[in-house]
Amino acid sequence: MSEEIEKNNIALPEPGSLVLSTSPHVQDGDSIARIMAKVLICLLPAVAASIWFFRFDAVRILVYCASFCIFAEYGWTLATRQAATIGDYSALVTGVILALNLPPGAPWWLCLIGSVFAIIVVKELFGGLGQNPFNPAAAARVALLVGFAGPMTQWAAPATGSLVSGATPLGAIHAVQGSADAMAQLGAPDNLMKLFLGNVGGSIGETSALAILIGGLGLMAFRLIKWQIPLAMIATIFVFTGIVHLAAPGLTPGPLYHILSGGVMIGAFFMATDMVTSPITPLGALVFGGVIGVLTCIIRIWGAYPEGVSFSIVIANALVPLIDRMCYIRPFGWHSHSVSALNIRRGEIK
Amino acid sequence: MDTNEILVLTVGAILVNNVVLSRILGICPFLGVSKRIETALGMSGAVIFVMTLASFVTALFNRFLVTQTFTINGTEVDLSFTRILLFIVVIAALVQIVEILLKKFSPSLYVSLGIYLPLITTNCAVLGAAELNADASRGLISSTVFGFSTGVGFGLALLLFASIRERLAIARIPKAMEGTAIALVTAGILAMAFMGFSGLVK
Repeated sequence: MSEEIEKNNIALPEPGSLVLSTSPHVQDGDSIARIMAKVLICLLPAVAASIWFFRFDAVRILVYCASFCIFAEYGWTLATRQAATIGDYSALVTGVILALNLPPGAPWWLCLIGSVFAIIVVKELFGGLGQNPFNPAAAARVALLVGFAGPMTQWAAPATGSLVSGATPLGAIHAVQGSADAMAQLGAPDNLMKLFLGNVGGSIGETSALAILIGGLGLMAFRLIKWQIPLAMIATIFVFTGIVHLAAPGLTPGPLYHILSGGVMIGAFFMATDMVTSPITPLGALVFGGVIGVLTCIIRIWGAYPEGVSFSIVIANALVPLIDRMCYIRPFGWHSHSVSALNIRRGEIK
Repeated sequence: MDTNEILVLTVGAILVNNVVLSRILGICPFLGVSKRIETALGMSGAVIFVMTLASFVTALFNRFLVTQTFTINGTEVDLSFTRILLFIVVIAALVQIVEILLKKFSPSLYVSLGIYLPLITTNCAVLGAAELNADASRGLISSTVFGFSTGVGFGLALLLFASIRERLAIARIPKAMEGTAIALVTAGILAMAFMGFSGLVK
């Protein structure tokens, strides 16, 4: 027997070197740092597009947000005497996504407040990575939008550098609301192409649907996100705005315009899909994406804010525990009375 | 009153001017009974019930007593200064009557509402709804609709909040932030997100 093993080159370990431990025994080497590095790779197309369209402004904001986020996290771990967590790159990812959500004219202090809010208030106060109920970047964008509406809406046309107000595609909707012709003009093919490529005003990283789509497909290829979330979100927005556009052509442009403009793409692929703040089950992910889509459309079409993606993501984050509760996977042979019987036995229901 | 007015009142009270997240009323039960979803649902039901009834009754008092001018011994008396006083007494009395009636006619509902029913007496959101109705000089039906929607808005905020808090109970929150502190931070972030609904109704 032992000769046979030697012949096949299967070496059994020395009995003294065997380690007794509980499962799992095999680990493929995946870690938070490796996952975050993959997310960073998937963010590269969007980062490249932002630098291409907004040049130095984009570089400036990216560097500010990334470094402020890392400093905030390092400072927090230092102050609370914990092991430093900046090595897992999660602060860097938050910083880059936050930067992509800021307008090209964002001053340094806006980046600072946003970064500190995202890392300290939204993440660390709740116990750090994996404990936060809200997506840090989305909540920080909401906080900045509510608190500093002026600097957050100083838009610049790409690559020109001159700051103009209200030049975003979504701002254009509110400007021409009531005219069916103007809405049809917004939804014209060459205009849609501009939106798809990203040569329009907006936050530095959200303008190019193409670049974000490439990164988003990368996220799916790496199996880092649930495809149900972006699919449900984009499909809901498509159907909702399509129906509203058909019913009232003067109220809002066609569905493609809505999908390609504003923060829908970056929200759908990079913010809503956050592993920590999205539902666990596939069905829950579909519900979650649908909720974000509906809320986004309501805020965009009838609300005072031209864009509603970040608001919707934070509200849907708050709904996640309820969605998880309602969409858990039922084991084979499941009955509602079997659950209540279990609870009665545990003494939870009397 | 047409359907559009009802829609404006309901959406306004539930989402745009949510009684907890926008007007910051009724924070005591919001923090006190939001630790479990079941108790939050019980409290929401009780608040919707009482708020609808209280809005109707206070609107009656407002219409036929507070906004009227009476002549007593030849002097004209304006009773509007008694509004808050009257509303508090009316709401307290109403809650007591509801409690007695429930105890007599539906003991099971009475037991399931438990301590929350008497607690509503001191819930400032109920008084707030009544005061807002009086300020906007709404009619009887609009007042009742507003009271009901405000109650639903309270229930929505409480349910959302309770489900998050059940999750926070198992999170590794820093010692200094445990309990009410992190609950208030959560409520703040939630309130900011609800500001996205501003402008839905004029």
